[in-house]
Amino acid sequence: MSGRQAALADWTKGEPAIVYQSCRACGGLQYFRRGFCAVCGSAELAEHRASGEGTIYATSLVLRAATPETRAHVPYNIVLVDTSEGFRMMAHGDHDLAIGDKVTARFERFTGRLIPYFSKSK
Amino acid sequence: MSFITGVGLTSYGKHEGSSSLDLMSQAAELAIADAGLKRAEIDGILCGYSTVSPHIMLATVFAEHFGIRPSYAHAVQVGGATGLAMTMLAHHLVDVGVAKHVLVVGGENRLTGQSRDASILALAQVGHPDYEVPLGPTIPAYYGLVASRYMHEYGVTQEDLAEFAVLMRRHALTHPGAQFHEAITVADVMKSKPVALPLKLLDCCPVSDGGAAFVVSRERTGDIGVRVRGCAQAHTHQHVTAAPNLSELGAEIAIAKAKAASGVAISDVRYAAVYDSFTITLAMLLEDLGLAGRGEAAARVRAGYFNADGAMPLNTHGGLLSYGHCGVGGAMAHLVETHLQMTGRAGNRQVRDASIALLHGDGGVLSSHVSMFLERVR
Repeated sequence: MSGRQAALADWTKGEPAIVYQSCRACGGLQYFRRGFCAVCGSAELAEHRASGEGTIYATSLVLRAATPETRAHVPYNIVLVDTSEGFRMMAHGDHDLAIGDKVTARFERFTGRLIPYFSKSK
Repeated sequence: MSFITGVGLTSYGKHEGSSSLDLMSQAAELAIADAGLKRAEIDGILCGYSTVSPHIMLATVFAEHFGIRPSYAHAVQVGGATGLAMTMLAHHLVDVGVAKHVLVVGGENRLTGQSRDASILALAQVGHPDYEVPLGPTIPAYYGLVASRYMHEYGVTQEDLAEFAVLMRRHALTHPGAQFHEAITVADVMKSKPVALPLKLLDCCPVSDGGAAFVVSRERTGDIGVRVRGCAQAHTHQHVTAAPNLSELGAEIAIAKAKAASGVAISDVRYAAVYDSFTITLAMLLEDLGLAGRGEAAARVRAGYFNADGAMPLNTHGGLLSYGHCGVGGAMAHLVETHLQMTGRAGNRQVRDASIALLHGDGGVLSSHVSMFLERVR
């Protein structure tokens, strides 16, 4: 099997999806999209939509923002989530999230853009 | 072999009307004079960057402005680790004979040259442009994330972190060049405005104007030599999303390599100069470097261990948190202060023994690390 599949659109392109890549050669996972595997260099990558399930790794509630656009949203909670697929990502989340909480993603508008937003899993 | 032969430092705070080049020039003038050299003897220049006045060739812009025609010159960019990274490079350059006297200089009118928002925004761009910056993080938020995790794993509290702000302020009170001159308490830190929780305003370094410089030479120029004993770097990631877990961060890698390169053990160290952009940065780095056990740095602050008259004097000028942070020059002030301590010129701040010093710089979000040991030789 060879050749690259067409890139899946994700939230960075305005689609309500979280996408990651896996390496067909070494099995490495990566969230920041590239044309090669950052572990082994192979160009044989597969793209996947993530389930949106994960665990809170870290949180920081922002009360001092740097632009008029972001200031309109304060306070907003920035979170790092360890996804069930095994990669880490940054997103927003409910203000009461604690490290270790199991969370599920939805998509919200922030400064006019679609962003991933996590709440406690039901 | 290399020696830090001269140091120069401006006051930090507001320098209304001074450009980045002005502040770099002031510090450079002081450092060259301190080394007992003439401008014409400087044959290498390393400089950092200025967010206020970005330029693709800042080293030659500075060289022309200052009036030097060096045989080696360029800028270096590794965020807050730039000062020590330049020192490490200068050490190797003079050691192999590329230059005899390398001027290392950083300075920026970051406070009065642009709005505080512009500063915060420029710095937040160290985040990933597609996967982080659209989420509206700030540098305090990146470090706030790290702080939340560190506190969770090691049982550190916000009051613990506040101790580092209080310590740095206490040290700044003894230095006329520091940006802040009012004493603060843990309670003041706790009730300061929330910025990016768990970090509050007094957990964060300020934005400052200022400049710092030093000369790194192949031979010593004074009676007391401050020799670069050994140094090392580690770069594990750029973006906090891609950072390794806490136990695998670069400070521990850099210090292990620096110890191996220098033959110095932590138990030999008599003075510490550690990057302190936020209280969490200082707490984590002290523990990563082995200057305190995991989760125990705050207890050591409370016990006076890091006081000027304590067992391990730390950032006796007040650090980034209270002397101030003007970008590249910010952490260079740590080395200037270390040099003054090692050469017995720190006045009312003089510590008993600074014969061997450990310096550590951090750039990005704990992304780039430089560890360095300096040794006094007579």
